[in-house]
Amino acid sequence: MPQVKSTRHEMPTQDPKERRKNFDEVALGYDEETAVAEANRCLNCKKPKCMEGCPVEVPIPQFIQLIKERNFQGAIKKIKTKNSLPAVCGRVCPQENQCEKHCILGKKGEPVAIGRLERFVADYELTHGSEPAEKQPPTGKKVAVVGSGPAGLTAAGDLAKMGHQVTVFEALHVAGGVLMYGIPEFRLPKEIVQKEIEKIKDLGVEIKTNYVIGQLESVDELMEQGYDAVFIGTGAGLPYFMNIPGENLNGIYSANEFLTRTNLMKAYKFPEYLTPIRVGKRVAVIGAGNVAMDAARTALRLGAEESIIVYRRTEKEMPARREEIEHAREEGVKFELLTSPVEFHGDEHGNLTSMTCIKFQLGEPDASGRRRPVPVEGSEFEMKVDNVVLALGQGPNPLVPRTTKGLEITKKGNIVAEEETGATSKPGVFAGGDIVTGAATVIMAMGAGKKAARAIDEYLKNK
Amino acid sequence: MYKIIRKEVLAPVIKLFEVEAPKIAAKAKPGQFFILRLYEKGERIPLTIADFNREAGTITTIFQEVGRTTKDMGRMNEGDYLADVVGPLGEPSEIENFGRVVCVGGGVGVAPIYPITRALKEAGNEVISVIGARTKDLLFWRDKMAAVSDRIITCTDDGSYGEKGFVTDAVKRLAEECKIDRVWAIGPMPMMRAMAETTRPLGIKTIVSLNPIMVDGTGMCGACRVSVGGETKFACVDGPEFDAHLVDFDLAMCRLAYYKEEEKRAEAAGSCQSGGGCGCHK
Ligand SMILES: Cc1cc2nc3c(=O)[nH]c(=O)nc-3n(C[C@H](O)[C@H](O)[C@H](O)COP(=O)(O)OP(=O)(O)OC[C@H]3O[C@@H](n4cnc5c(N)ncnc54)[C@H](O)[C@@H]3O)c2cc1C
Ligand SMILES: Cc1cc2nc3c(=O)[nH]c(=O)nc-3n(C[C@H](O)[C@H](O)[C@H](O)COP(=O)(O)OP(=O)(O)OC[C@H]3O[C@@H](n4cnc5c(N)ncnc54)[C@H](O)[C@@H]3O)c2cc1C
Ligand code: SF4
Ligand code: SF4
Ligand code: FES
Repeated sequence: MPQVKSTRHEMPTQDPKERRKNFDEVALGYDEETAVAEANRCLNCKKPKCMEGCPVEVPIPQFIQLIKERNFQGAIKKIKTKNSLPAVCGRVCPQENQCEKHCILGKKGEPVAIGRLERFVADYELTHGSEPAEKQPPTGKKVAVVGSGPAGLTAAGDLAKMGHQVTVFEALHVAGGVLMYGIPEFRLPKEIVQKEIEKIKDLGVEIKTNYVIGQLESVDELMEQGYDAVFIGTGAGLPYFMNIPGENLNGIYSANEFLTRTNLMKAYKFPEYLTPIRVGKRVAVIGAGNVAMDAARTALRLGAEESIIVYRRTEKEMPARREEIEHAREEGVKFELLTSPVEFHGDEHGNLTSMTCIKFQLGEPDASGRRRPVPVEGSEFEMKVDNVVLALGQGPNPLVPRTTKGLEITKKGNIVAEEETGATSKPGVFAGGDIVTGAATVIMAMGAGKKAARAIDEYLKNK
Repeated sequence: MYKIIRKEVLAPVIKLFEVEAPKIAAKAKPGQFFILRLYEKGERIPLTIADFNREAGTITTIFQEVGRTTKDMGRMNEGDYLADVVGPLGEPSEIENFGRVVCVGGGVGVAPIYPITRALKEAGNEVISVIGARTKDLLFWRDKMAAVSDRIITCTDDGSYGEKGFVTDAVKRLAEECKIDRVWAIGPMPMMRAMAETTRPLGIKTIVSLNPIMVDGTGMCGACRVSVGGETKFACVDGPEFDAHLVDFDLAMCRLAYYKEEEKRAEAAGSCQSGGGCGCHK
C-alpha cells in the first residue's frame, strides 16, 4: 500500500478580504480529483472507528470506497441510506467532534476529511440528478410532523420511506427551520437546503407552511383529525435576553432576529427584498457560540466597519467550532474577552449609543467544567456601539407544550422524551431535536428524528 | 396562496380585504391578528383580523396605507392572491361580562375594536362605543359598530362629523355620567397613550392592543418586545393586548420609528413612473 499522506486535502475558500463583503459561500468544496485523492487516504478499516462518532451511523468507509472507485452516485446512495440531508451535514456538522474525531488517521496525522467528502458527493448529486429513493408500499397510516427543521425533516423522510403518509406543519413560510432562518447563506446556501427538502418532498411528504400548531390547530386536534401519530420537532426558537437596563433600545437585536431578517427575509438585498435591517459602524455580539460567530460575520457583510465578539470567558471556553472562530478572525472579527455588558445607553430617539461593560477573571470550574467567570470590581468601562446582537442561547418555544394536553415538560420547558425512541408521556406523540435536548446540533436533531421514525413505525404496526 | 375575494375602499387610504383562509376563519377569536407576505420579496407584516366568517371561510382585514407594503397591497384587487397568510396569532381578548364597557376605536383602530365590541356585547356587557377619526372621510364601519353597541359616540378632530374633539374627551365625559367597568382602546400609539392617561386617574382598567414591529409572530425573534409593568413581553405571543396603565409607551413609540429611513427607501424603490404598479420592483 502506498504511503498515506498525513495531511488532508485543503478545501479552497474564498479570500477573506473578498468574502467579508459578500454572502456567497465561504468554503468552495472539492473537485473530483481532490475528492478521489482525499478518499484514497482512507484505510477502509475493518472496525471503522469513525462511524462511532456519527450520530446517524453513516456507512463511512463504504461510501468513501465508492468515491475511490469514482462511483459518486453510488456513494451518495450509500450515505442516503442513513442521512437524508448530506449536503447540509457535509457543511455544518461539527465533524472534528464527531466522525473525524474518531478516525484512526487522526492519531498520527490528520483524519480523513469525511465531511468534505460527504459534501462533495451530495453536491455531485444535486448537480447531476439522482434516482428516487426506494419506498415501502403504503401502510395507510397518517403521521403529522410539527416543525420542519432537521429533526422534523428527517423523521418525515424516514416515515415516508416506510410507507406512511406524512404531513409536515411549519409555522414559517418556508421549510427548513434553523437551516433556513439561522445558519447564514455564506455557510449553508439556502438553495441547497431547498434542494434537499425537494428530495424529501419527492418521497411523498406534504409540507404545509404558514401553519402554527398551538394556534391554528393543537396536537390534540391533529390526532382527532385522524393522524395516527405525531412527531414534535419545534426546536429551540425562543431567544434569551440578559434582563439588564436598556435592553429594549433600538439597535439591540436577538441573534434570532438579526439572522432571520438577513437569511430568511434576505435583508442583505434590501430594498429589492423589503425587510430592512440596520447595521451601524460598530457592532458588538454578546456570546461566543456558533450563533455568535454567525452574527459577527453577518454584521461585517452587512457593512459594519467593526464587529466585535464580547465574551465573559476566554478563547479556550468559547463554545463555537474552531473553524468558525478561525473564519471569523480571518475576516476581521475582533474579540473582547473576559468582558460583558451590564447596561445599555441610548440617545433621545431610543437608539443605542453605548454600553457599560465590566471585566471578568476566571475562577473555580463550574458544573460544566469550565472556569467560572468572576466580575472584577471597579472594572466598569464604556464601549461605543451602534448595534448589539445578543447570542446568549435559545430556549424552547412554549406554543406547543402549552397547548398539548398530557405532555410532560421539564422545568426549562423542554418536552420530556425517551432518548432511544422519542416517546413522550402522551401516547402516540413523539418528540426530538432541540425541543427535547435544548439547543444542540443539526446531526443530533436528525439522529433524534431518525430514532423517532423507527419507534413511530413500530408503534403504528402495533396500533 | 390566499385569494382576495372582496376589496372595499373605505376611505382614500383605508381599504378592506376579505381573504380566503378557511382554517384561520375557523379558529380566529377577537383580539387576534395574522401576518401576511404579499409576494416572494415582500416583508412580513401583521394586521388584525377585523372580522371572520366561519361558513364562508374568510377573514376580513382593514388596513391603512402607510408605507411600501400597505401601499402595494392597496393596489391589489379582487381575484389577486397574497403569497402568505399565517394566523391566528396572539392571545385572544379576555371576554367576560364586566358590566359596562367602553370600546374606543381611533382611526383604523375601529377595525380591530369591532370584533371585540361584538364579543363583549354577546357576553352580556352594556357596551358604549366611541369611534373617532381626524375627519369625516376617514370614518368607516360606524353602522357596524352601532349594531353591536348599546350606544355610540362619534368624534372627529375637525368636527366634520359627530362631536368635535378627541375620543379621550368623550370617555372623560362618559366617566362623569356613569360608572365604567372597563375600557378597551385601539388606535394609533399616541391615542392609546392619551387614553391610558385619561383613565389612570379615574382608576378604570384599560386594555390596549400594541402594534410593534414584528417578524415571525410566533415568539422566535423578540423584535416585538415591549415593556409592560417593567417586564419585557413579546407582543406577538404574550399580547398584543396589555393593561394600558402598565405599558411603557415612550419605548414602544421609539421602537416603531427605528426603520424610518429604510421605510422611505423601500417606498421610493416601489414608486417609479407607474407608481410601482408595474411590478418591476417586486
Ligand atoms: C445561527 C445558528 C447556527 C448554527 N450552526 C450550527 C452548525 O454549524 N452546526 C450544527 O450542527 N448545528 C448548528 N446550529 C444548531 C442547529 O441548527 C439546531 O440544533 C438544529 O437546527 C435543531 O433542529 P430541530 O429540527 O430540532 O429544530 P429547528 O431547526 O429549530 O426547527 C424547528 C422548526 O419548527 C418550527 N416550529 C416551531 N414551533 C412551531 C409550531 N408551533 N408549529 C409549527 N412549526 C413550528 C420552526 O419554525 C422551525 O422551522 C446552529 C443554530 C443556530 C441558531
Ligand atoms: C398586532 C398588530 C396588528 C396590526 N393591525 C393593523 C390593522 O388592522 N390595520 C392596519 O392598518 N395596521 C395594522 N398594524 C400595523 C401594520 O402592521 C403596519 O402599518 C404595517 O406593517 C406597515 O407596513 P408598510 O410597509 O406599509 O409601512 P412601513 O413604511 O414599513 O412602516 C410604516 C410604519 O408601520 C410600522 N411597521 C413597519 N413594519 C412593521 C412590521 N413588520 N410590523 C409591524 N409594524 C410595522 C412602523 O411603525 C412604521 O414606521 C398592526 C400591527 C400589529 C403589530
Ligand atoms: S453526518 Fe456528520 S457526523 Fe455523520 S459522517 Fe456525515 S459529517 Fe460525519
Ligand atoms: S477510521 Fe478513518 S481511515 Fe478508518 S475507515 Fe474511518 S475514515 Fe477511513
Ligand atoms: S414577532 Fe418575533 S417574537 Fe414576536
